[in-house]
Amino acid sequence: MAETTYLPGLAIRGSDSLGSDSLDSPRHSVVVRITHWITAATFVALVVSGVAILIAHPRLYWGDTGGVGTPSLIDLPIPFMIGHSGWGRYLHFLSAWICVFTGLLYTIYGLLTSHVGKNLLPAKADLAWGRIWRLVWNDLRLKRPAEKEALAYNVVQRLTYLAVVFVLFPLIILTGLAMSPAVASVVPLLREGFGGQQSARTIHFFIAVALVLFVCVHVLMVCLAGFTNRVRAMITGHTLTGKEPS
Amino acid sequence: MSDRLSRRKLLTTGLAAAAGASGLGIAARLADRYGLIPPDDGGIYGVGETMTYAAQRLLTHHTLAREYTRSDISKIAPVKGEAPQNETYQRLLAGGFVDWRLKIDGLVARPSFFSLAELKRFPAESHIYHQACEEGWSFIAEWVGFPLSYILSLVGVLPQAKYVVFFGFDTNFDAVDKRTIKGKWNSIDMADAWHPQTLLAYGMNGQESLPPGHGAPLRVRIPRQLGGKSTKYLSWITLTDTVKDIGQGFGAGGVERGFSWYAGI
Repeated sequence: MAETTYLPGLAIRGSDSLGSDSLDSPRHSVVVRITHWITAATFVALVVSGVAILIAHPRLYWGDTGGVGTPSLIDLPIPFMIGHSGWGRYLHFLSAWICVFTGLLYTIYGLLTSHVGKNLLPAKADLAWGRIWRLVWNDLRLKRPAEKEALAYNVVQRLTYLAVVFVLFPLIILTGLAMSPAVASVVPLLREGFGGQQSARTIHFFIAVALVLFVCVHVLMVCLAGFTNRVRAMITGHTLTGKEPS
Repeated sequence: MSDRLSRRKLLTTGLAAAAGASGLGIAARLADRYGLIPPDDGGIYGVGETMTYAAQRLLTHHTLAREYTRSDISKIAPVKGEAPQNETYQRLLAGGFVDWRLKIDGLVARPSFFSLAELKRFPAESHIYHQACEEGWSFIAEWVGFPLSYILSLVGVLPQAKYVVFFGFDTNFDAVDKRTIKGKWNSIDMADAWHPQTLLAYGMNGQESLPPGHGAPLRVRIPRQLGGKSTKYLSWITLTDTVKDIGQGFGAGGVERGFSWYAGI
């Protein structure tokens, strides 16, 4: 008993064994938790290194080619800063490899277990515009979700996560590969399918922006739903449902 | 119960880690044997770099970069950097490179010198391909010259050669101690060296000579890598089994400035 007062982890376990099961509900499996945090870390590294690569030439083009003196699609309002794409590329590819393997592990796990089917695929009845709009409206007003909503994703969360996992991530990997001159020599259709090397670069940029926006909203929603409790759930796998979200 | 479970978990994790580590060890030895490890394989970044290089080497052995048509040629062929300002280069440039010689030596049967006129008598080829700079811009241009493989066959490559190293007039390649060589020297592996699209170019976009900024009198073109690999202002080509004793030993001057050796990305 004396020990539990020193170790908060054991204290939580202790309350569970006393039978008050509403205090400690299982939330995220160990694979989801590990892949979540590795993806989070590599995503930060990919964004930082991606910016380092981008600022060497902060202009976006469409088609096969583009450079100073040719018409651009978008001129980002930042100066040309060369000299960072060296370490930028080293870090970008190292984190990309880890991110891709982690993503593959997560996707295979999610499809083989009930994770994607049960936790991410929305119920048909939930796919109604009225319901979706109400949820989005609640989020826009920054309305705190009810406590029981912490136990399962709503339809908007499900659709968002599905889009991130099965649309945005595959697209950002493919556009990244399409920029590689070596990969383009293996699968020329990949580069041509996106409209050329510069188009692939432009699409890569916009998907990155979409993913950064997703992360911003994701973190905001986590704060709204109770930062400590939600982050605890993603670390320990359990959520405290009997307490006020802190 | 949970105690025993966690012990079992610890054991399995330990065993998996050990298997993983020895698996990595075997993979590393195999990779080295089949030339899948780049010279800049050190440190944490070296792990990602080795993965990229090994994966692309396995996939790209016989693949070709896309060849475009004349109508695809970009109106502007941007120049990165300036032609060397040193006295030797400027003198050769002023003389139309008549006194220039390409030296090719190292692990070859017949070390040789070639004049520009001699090189231009080699069977010429023209290639129109896309080239991206590591900064992000790109262009399509036509390059005229001869395959590197042609001159390699002429001088006879010894079987132990693993790299072709290029030195231009923007390096201090004539340094007595090769470890002090700095600048934009570069090297490629034998897969790229024998690749049919790897070109030694002396002309571009309909011009018989390269404009100085584009690398006159002779430059490399490696279409399956970023433009930075395509060494300009060539003076000396050497074949070697190791790049450890040139510059800081990473296979390219650029690595010393933070850029990866392999640029297939």
